[in-house]
This record gives sequence, structure tokens and C-alpha cells, in this order.
Amino acid sequence: MTFLAKPKLHHPGLPTNALGFNRRDYEGAISTLCAGCGHDSISAGIIQACFELDLPPHRIAKLSGIGCSSKTPAYFLGSSHGFNSVHGRMPSVLTGANLANRDLIYLGVSGDGDSASIGFGQFAHSIRRSVNMTYVVENNGVYGLTKGQFSATSDKGSKSKKGVANTDQAIDLVSVALQLGASFVARSFSGDKHQLIPILKAALTHQGSAFIDVISPCVAFNNHPGSTKSFDYVRAHNEAVNSLDLILERDEIVADYQPGTVELVTQHDGSVLKLRKLAEHYDPSDRLSAMTYLQQRQAAGEIVTGVLYVDPEAGDLHEHLDTTATPLNQLGDAALVPGAAALAAINASLR
Amino acid sequence: MPKPLTRTNDFVVRFANVNGSGSASANALFAKSIIRMGVPVAARNIFPSNIQGLPTWYEVRVSGAGWLGRRGGVDLMVAMNPQTWDEDIASIEPGGYLFYDSTKPMPASKFREDIRILGMPLTAICNRAYSDPRQRQLFKNIVYVGALSWLLDMETAAVEALIAQQFKGKDALIAPNIQALHMGRDAAAEHMKPIGLKVQAAEGVGDRIYIEGNAAAALGAVYGGATVCAWYPITPSTSVAEAFARYCKKLRTEPETGKALYAIVQAEDEIASIGMVTGAGWNGARAFTCTSGPGVSLMQEFIGLSYFAEIPAVIFDVQRGGPSTGMPTRTQQADLLIAAYASHGDTKHPMLFPEDPNECFHFGALAFDLADRLQTTIFVMLDLDIGMNEWLTAPFEWDDTRTLDRGKVLSAEDLEAGAEFGRYLDVDGDGIPYRTYPGVHPERGAYVTRGTSHDQYARYTENGAAYVENVDRLTRKFDTAKALIPAPVRRNARRATPNGVIYFGSTSAAMQEALQTLESKGVHLDALRIRGFPFQDEVFDFIAEHEQLFVVEQNRDGQLRTLIVNEGGIDPAKLVPVLHYDGTPITARFIVGELAASMARDMQPLREVLR
Repeated sequence: MTFLAKPKLHHPGLPTNALGFNRRDYEGAISTLCAGCGHDSISAGIIQACFELDLPPHRIAKLSGIGCSSKTPAYFLGSSHGFNSVHGRMPSVLTGANLANRDLIYLGVSGDGDSASIGFGQFAHSIRRSVNMTYVVENNGVYGLTKGQFSATSDKGSKSKKGVANTDQAIDLVSVALQLGASFVARSFSGDKHQLIPILKAALTHQGSAFIDVISPCVAFNNHPGSTKSFDYVRAHNEAVNSLDLILERDEIVADYQPGTVELVTQHDGSVLKLRKLAEHYDPSDRLSAMTYLQQRQAAGEIVTGVLYVDPEAGDLHEHLDTTATPLNQLGDAALVPGAAALAAINASLR
Repeated sequence: MPKPLTRTNDFVVRFANVNGSGSASANALFAKSIIRMGVPVAARNIFPSNIQGLPTWYEVRVSGAGWLGRRGGVDLMVAMNPQTWDEDIASIEPGGYLFYDSTKPMPASKFREDIRILGMPLTAICNRAYSDPRQRQLFKNIVYVGALSWLLDMETAAVEALIAQQFKGKDALIAPNIQALHMGRDAAAEHMKPIGLKVQAAEGVGDRIYIEGNAAAALGAVYGGATVCAWYPITPSTSVAEAFARYCKKLRTEPETGKALYAIVQAEDEIASIGMVTGAGWNGARAFTCTSGPGVSLMQEFIGLSYFAEIPAVIFDVQRGGPSTGMPTRTQQADLLIAAYASHGDTKHPMLFPEDPNECFHFGALAFDLADRLQTTIFVMLDLDIGMNEWLTAPFEWDDTRTLDRGKVLSAEDLEAGAEFGRYLDVDGDGIPYRTYPGVHPERGAYVTRGTSHDQYARYTENGAAYVENVDRLTRKFDTAKALIPAPVRRNARRATPNGVIYFGSTSAAMQEALQTLESKGVHLDALRIRGFPFQDEVFDFIAEHEQLFVVEQNRDGQLRTLIVNEGGIDPAKLVPVLHYDGTPITARFIVGELAASMARDMQPLREVLR
């Protein structure tokens, strides 16, 4: 298998965004994943979200670990630098990259093996450090590249393709992210692009650590009856708490809703999350009740999706470290090297 | 009883203390006072992996001749720890001196006949003078420094000036400390006679500075332009990160805004540390981590990624006694092989071997230029002995015309001008390709970095020919490194000799002394100090020129020797291992003994040396 470049030809009438890019400008190489893989839908969602947000593709850095999900950065944003790093360690690589240049948009793509098993620690610590990033887990509950072993997000009782039931408790990444202080937490489904794309857009514009758990069925190893991560099962148990429209600063907010049915959350960059309530009394600004709600609905067998929590005022790691506004990778010798005179003074203090 | 030792500016004082009793600053005060008198000192902490209550020693070698290696043996023991009394008494050289707290009477059987006993009721003195228990404890240390200063005929002015300097800002503490110092001096003058050991003011220190290797390396990182430090606490490397934070706060705070021109993250473990360094290096910032052997074990996978994906990184490895948790607070040079060949697959990584804090600074700065130039991980191999002890070392120098070498990086302008970009394309034969920083240009220069095999344009491939071309280029790049890392330092014997000795790092101080001792006995050896890996031709030429070579190092398995044999295809029989690995710093006495014994057992001068 080798790299498959995508032909650059496209229909001349393709619509363009404010930067003059068309949707194809946000694509990458041809996917080598299985036909029908949920991950490809997420890649398509990322492409659409970035296109709609008018993001300059080269100002996005896309990072991943190892696994099917982690291959996908090659399949979107071909004009962005990408880093397919080592298994479970995307969060630390992304953290370091972010420290080096705070001006880029960081998109981390991972899977359930990558983030809930080998990389569980790094996932947790990058969230609690408030790294400014969008962290997407393409969650299929199974190890695809090694052909069908359970992952740590497989639900207890969920059956493998060979009919074996999983006996281990599942890790719910969304609950963990909430507990660790992620300032934007959402869950979505690769089969629901109308829900996924606005969530991706909101996360990409969010200042702080944005975590999205996207249930993304594995057509090859985890899409059979008895699996709780199959297309059919997720469709049947999906309970969205809200539906989101992201309104960019440049757009006008149209009051097309009944009072009390919509919540408006203004983000740091001026964009507004317009959240239409689907679950009564659900408040995405209340971390504690969000955690309780998730536990309750999960116990009832539901897969809760939507924007589960958002704190538009959260700071990020650079704020905590009080780093200069200039990206560290652009500081020149004059800012970095104290020089001979300062060294002479240090020498003198050491005698 | 043997004649009491009489020596001026040439003796060893050892303080036996209890960890956490506040003795460290008093002992350091003693050592620095001697330096202020112009007499070179080599001081070493010998401490347990513990915070409070266990034995700790501080050894001060006073050496007018300027020998900074550990000598071995003790001429004056300051025995303040009952737990180690027997061991401490036994370590005193015949004719040496014992200074102890005589408040509680000790049975005669606890002493030795062949040493001179100096008892001072320190506890009683302090109990009389102070009511606060903590003061009684802390000032006891200063009282014994005062007593020693009288016994050794030291200048009080030097000690007093240092106390004033040490407590600057907490001025209220200056007078009580000086008072305690005089309490000790007066008690000694009243009840004791001067001893045969003397400190006499000299001009032996010159413009040298006194600093720990870890702090020097951290300062080197500042001068080397490092902006990202990701680290995880581990003895003996922790103080590298701590010193970097200290120096950055002072030297790297943006004057106009007060903002940090650096980022330091204490990671969750060593894997995350090196992961962050890798991410930052990929994104064009100079980044490092500091660790010790166990950390390097954990970082293996990322080091392989750095090698194969060609990402700059700097690792300061402050080596300690291994394997496993080993001896966390003892010194060794036992990480050479794990660093040189870190990670799975065919990998090799450049290493730098500083001999003292001066080289820790200069190699620390250089490492970042090398990492950017070679686009790979550079190891700076310190050890606990140079890292955590203060050493007299040449002052640091910086040439203001020097600029940071960012290596081969294509800018937006280069790309705009149409420069061809193949991330792994060797355009000029040195094996080093050009890279681009993420976000550089709207249409050109982007690629996916990966640890999977890739072609010259960074595209994934499992094509055998493309793979071979790539890894052979990496070998070429490693050869290029030879010209960039510091060359070995050769010291020729006064007479032509078929014998040579090879060594590196902190062995240097002891080696200088050993070579002079051997030479004074008519034993001649050419010496080569290796300062980095890969080895240059000078190393193999040196080996070719001699019939027999000793490779002196501080590990059990002769790791440097293994590297030399492996990299140079050298006949192992030609390289005689001389190995010191009990966790204490190597001594000149050990080197002389081993070399002499090994070289020619029937040579008369050598037998004398051995005796």
C-alpha cells in the first residue's frame, strides 16, 4: 500500500468560502480505510467544518496517534502539516506543538484504543492542562487494525464479531473529560453529520481544551447484532440533549425561537453557540449536573449526544504559563540569548 | 601512635551528618570559605535516596595543586552522626583527626589509637546559647564550622563575608550566624591546640567559578535558545529543570510585558515529557527534557520516532547508578549504550560528554544547534557527580557574534520563490534534508510526519528500495555529525609510549591527577578524552597508534569500550577495560592502581606506585 494522491480536478462551479477556497481545498489524500467506515464520515465532517469556518488550511496542525482513526489526518486538510505520532501519545506531541506556536489551530485525532487504553494517561493530562485544542476520539469500541479485539470503551456485555461478550467495564471518555475540566465536551455520531459538523465547528473555535467523543462504527469488526457500537444500535439509542448552530461573529443572530427553548453561549472569539434544547432542563453550562445526567441516562441504556458542557471563559495552558503573545518558535536570537555581558554577571555571582 | 598528619592545602575533610539536619549549607559555607582564600576545593555530597533521617556525607578535598577528582581516604572526620560512627572512625587515615560532639561521653573502645581526637561539646554549647530546638540544631552546624576554621587556621573574614552574602535579604540572620561562628572559634581556641592540617591563602583559584553541572547545563539551554522544557522529576536530573526555570525567570522575561519567553511543563511522566519535546521540536521551537537512566528507558519509542521522522530534540541524561531503580543518589556512566542505540530498529543518536560544569554549559548550548542542524535527538550525558555537585570550573564564555544555527529550514519566502521541497530529500549529499515549520505557507511545504516508512516526499511507502535509500541517508547524516560534535582532546605523554588511555566525562578530573602521578613515577601514557559520539577518526587513529589502550569508565560492562569496538571494528583484545562502578566517583588512586597493576607487573617503578 502506498500513498494515494487525489486528482486536483474539480467542478468549476464549486462554491467557495470567504477565503476563496472550495471544499476540495480542504481534502487530503484518498482514504485507505474500509468502505463505509465511520471515520471517513468524520473526515468529511472536519473538511466541511473547516471550509464553513473559512479556516486557512495551512494554519491548522493535525496530529494523531496510531490506529485506524489516527491514519485519517492524511485524508483531510492536505495543505496542513500533519503528525501521525506514536500510539497513545498524540496528546503530549500536540501539547508540545501548541507550546511552540500558540497561533495555529490544533486538531488532535485519536481513537478509543489510542486514548482510552495506551494513551489514557496522556488524554487525561492534556485535558487537565487546558491545552487549546480540538481533541476528537473516533470511538468504535474495537481494535480495527489488529482485527477485532475489544477496546476499553466497549460496553460491558457488548458482543464481539465472534460472539464473545465483553466482561470489562467501559471507560466513558466524555465523563472523564468532564471530570478533568475540559471546557468544551460533546458527543456525536459519525452517522449524523447534521449534529457532528456544528459541534466540530464549535470545538474548533473554542478557546481551551475541546473534547469530542464521536461514536464511529467499525464496519469490518463491530457493526453486528449484539454490539453496542453498531450503526443500528447507536441510531436506536441516540438521545441528543440539544441541537447546535454555530453563529460566527460576522453573522447576524436571528431570533427564530421561543424564549426558553434556546441557549446562546458567546465564545471567546465572538462566535455564538445557539443551542436548541432537546432534553428538558439540560444545562450545558453546569458541569456537575451534566455528569449526573450522563450517568443516569447511560444507566438507562441511552447514548447521550450533543454539546454536553461548554465554558466559554476558560483559559488555556499558555494563559496559565503566562507566555508571550509571540509564538515561541518565532522568537529570534535577541529575545532568546542573554549575551556575554549577562553571562559575565552570572560568572561574577558564582565566585 | 603514628605522627599526626601535617599538610597544608592538601587534605580531605569529611562531614558525617544526618539527612535533613541543616548541615548542607554550613558544610558548603566551609568549602566556599576555602575557595575565597584562593585554595581550590572539590566538594561532594554523598547522600541517600531519602529526605530526612538517613546518613549523609559531605566531602571536601582541599587541593592547592588543583586536583578536583575525589581523592579517597579522610584526613579529618567531622563525625556528627552516631548511626555511622564506626564506619566513619574506620575511614580516617592513620595520623588523621576526628572532630566530634563530646557532649555525651563515649567509651574509649569507640575511638582509635592512631588518630587524634578533638572533642567539643557542641550540643551543650548550643543548649546553653539557644532555647529554640531548631536554632540549637542549625547553629550547631555553624559552631563546628567556626571550630574548624580555627583548627585549620582559616581567615575569619572569608567566612564572615560569605555568611553576609548567603543571608542577604534576610539580614537579621547575619549577626546570629557570625556569633555562632565565633562561639565555635572561641571554644576551639580555649580548649584545643592547632592541628597539622592548615589552609593557607593562595592564588590557586583564579577566575574560576563554582557551580553545579546541572545548573550549568540549564544555563547552556538558555543560551542555546531553548524555549520549551518538558520534564518529570527524577534524581539526579531534577535540578536541571529547576535551574532552567530560575534562569529563565531572570533572563527570559519579556521586559515590556513581563511575559515568559519560554514554557516549562512538568509532565505526567517521562513519555509525555519527550512527547512534548518532540511536538515542540517538530513545530520549530528548541525543546529539551532532562532525565536519568529510568527516564531514558521510558523514552525509547519517541527517540526512535525522532530518529526516523527526523525531529530535533535534546535530552540531558544525568546518569545515576543502574540498572532498574539502582542507586538513585550515586553516580555512574552507565547509560551510554541505551542512549547511543535507543529504540527498536536500526538507530543511532549523537551524544555529548561534558567533563565538568563548564562543558555542561557549552555543550548544553551546542546541543540545540546540533539538534536543529541534524534534525535528531542529541543526548548530553552528565552524571550525578558533575550534575549535582558544585565544581570549580572555568568561567562561561559567550561570543556575541554567534547566532543560533536553526539548520535547514525552508521559509515562506524560500517556498514562494519555488524552492523544491522534499521533506526527506537529500539535496546536497550531507544526508540532511530540508524541513518546514507547520503553518509556513498556504500551498507549499505541508506534509505528514510519520514514524512509518516514507519516501523522499514524506509519503507513506513500504517500497523496499525507497526504505533502503532513506535509512542509508540516515547513516550518511550520522557521518555528517562527526564533523559537528566536539573533537576528542588529546594529551601526549612527555615520552613516546606504546600505551594509551581513553576516558570521558566526569572521569576527567581524576584522570588528570592519575596521569601526573604516573608520569612522576616514570610511567608514560598518551591520553584521549572523548567528547562525543559518533566517534571521529581521531579516536581510531589514536587506537591505531598504540599497542595497548586502557578504556577507563564508570560502569561495569565497559560501555564506551563496547561502542568503540562496535563502531570502529576494533580488536577487543587491544582495549583493556578499567572499570569503577561502586557508585562513588572514580579516584586518581583507583586509576593509578588499576593501570599500574595492569600494565607491567614486573616494572619496579610501578610496584612503587602500587605501594
